[in-house]
Amino acid sequence: MPDERLSVSVVGASGYVGGELLRLLLAHPGVTLRQITSERHAGRFAHQVHPHLRGQTTLRFTNRAALEPCDVLFLAMPHGETQAAIAHYATLAPRLIDLSADFRLRDPARYAAAYGQPHAAPGWLDRFVYGLPEINRAALSETAYASGVGCNATATILALWALVQGGLIDRAQPVIVDLKVGSSEAGNTPTAASHHPARSGVVRPFQLTGHRHEAEVRQAFASGGELDVRLAVTSVEMVRGVSAAVHVSLPPGLADRDLWSCYRAAWKDAPFVRVVHERDGLHRHPEPRLLAGTNYADVGWEYDPASGRAVLLCAIDNLGKGAAGSAVQCLNLMCGFEESTALSFGGLYP
Amino acid sequence: MQTECVECGAELTVPEDVMQGEILPCPECGADLEVITVAPLVVELAPTEMEDWGE
Repeated sequence: MPDERLSVSVVGASGYVGGELLRLLLAHPGVTLRQITSERHAGRFAHQVHPHLRGQTTLRFTNRAALEPCDVLFLAMPHGETQAAIAHYATLAPRLIDLSADFRLRDPARYAAAYGQPHAAPGWLDRFVYGLPEINRAALSETAYASGVGCNATATILALWALVQGGLIDRAQPVIVDLKVGSSEAGNTPTAASHHPARSGVVRPFQLTGHRHEAEVRQAFASGGELDVRLAVTSVEMVRGVSAAVHVSLPPGLADRDLWSCYRAAWKDAPFVRVVHERDGLHRHPEPRLLAGTNYADVGWEYDPASGRAVLLCAIDNLGKGAAGSAVQCLNLMCGFEESTALSFGGLYP
Repeated sequence: MQTECVECGAELTVPEDVMQGEILPCPECGADLEVITVAPLVVELAPTEMEDWGE
């Protein structure tokens, strides 16, 4: 661990991801939270926006214009805003961690296709490392710039990773991903869709084709050729959480032990990925409810040897492993902290 | 003593005083393993009643 605490600031700290990031950074023994910004809430205490931080800090939100240099700058603004001023932010800190979608994709054409507009700073795209430590640990240890991760993309990538690495996924097949997601994915700006009478109790299919996180997943697996991944997202009665179920066909002749072997090989050294695949009991598969507030990703599967059909599973907290948790894990790798620093919370039950 | 889970292949550390008929849970997949013989050490899946998950 570095000898002195690093100074860190968070730009755009008033959203749900920003609040989760503040909670984690305030408990980090290697950093001092220096500034937090919000244009809307400038002057207010952090706990007036994030009530769970009462007693944890006396920091107030400032305007972005008041930002001072620091060691690490987190950028948690709405998509599109970081790229418009990335050169400025790079003058404020030697290390940047961006939690938006602005620097996740390497290819400007892929970005334009996914987000419907050209990137404002395409020359910066390949300077960022995709910020999912489970697949980019070595590169993140050497980079100064880390991107954020999409929560649905994270759940999908981690669900698929072990069997893709094990060579068991035929890339000629379409890979269909059924995602159930909680309401916090939509952010903290109220809309008609999030109004309680309209949102409570829903099982609402809201994007079954063309989800923009597909580009992230395809990029993650691109080294072995194109993977035809299709995401279908449904909002369910949950605040935090993503549950991914990836439907694939596997080669004939496999046994459950072969899948165990792939999962062990993929995740034996990953501190935040747990294999959940039990024969009986209530909790035999990954469940997002158990992961709220944690940086864990639970992965598992169900496999039918007779048909070769498998459903690969992953559960995460969208605000944790799907956003702020992975960002702090990136901080740890980039700055020489032990990888799990400030991320050890194991969740609550029941 | 060491053996392997017959369900998932995980390595199992078995107490030296393990007894025939003893049920050992696999720490990775949770399968209940029954000790069939001690010397040599042989384990098999213990018979279980199927659950309906309340459905």
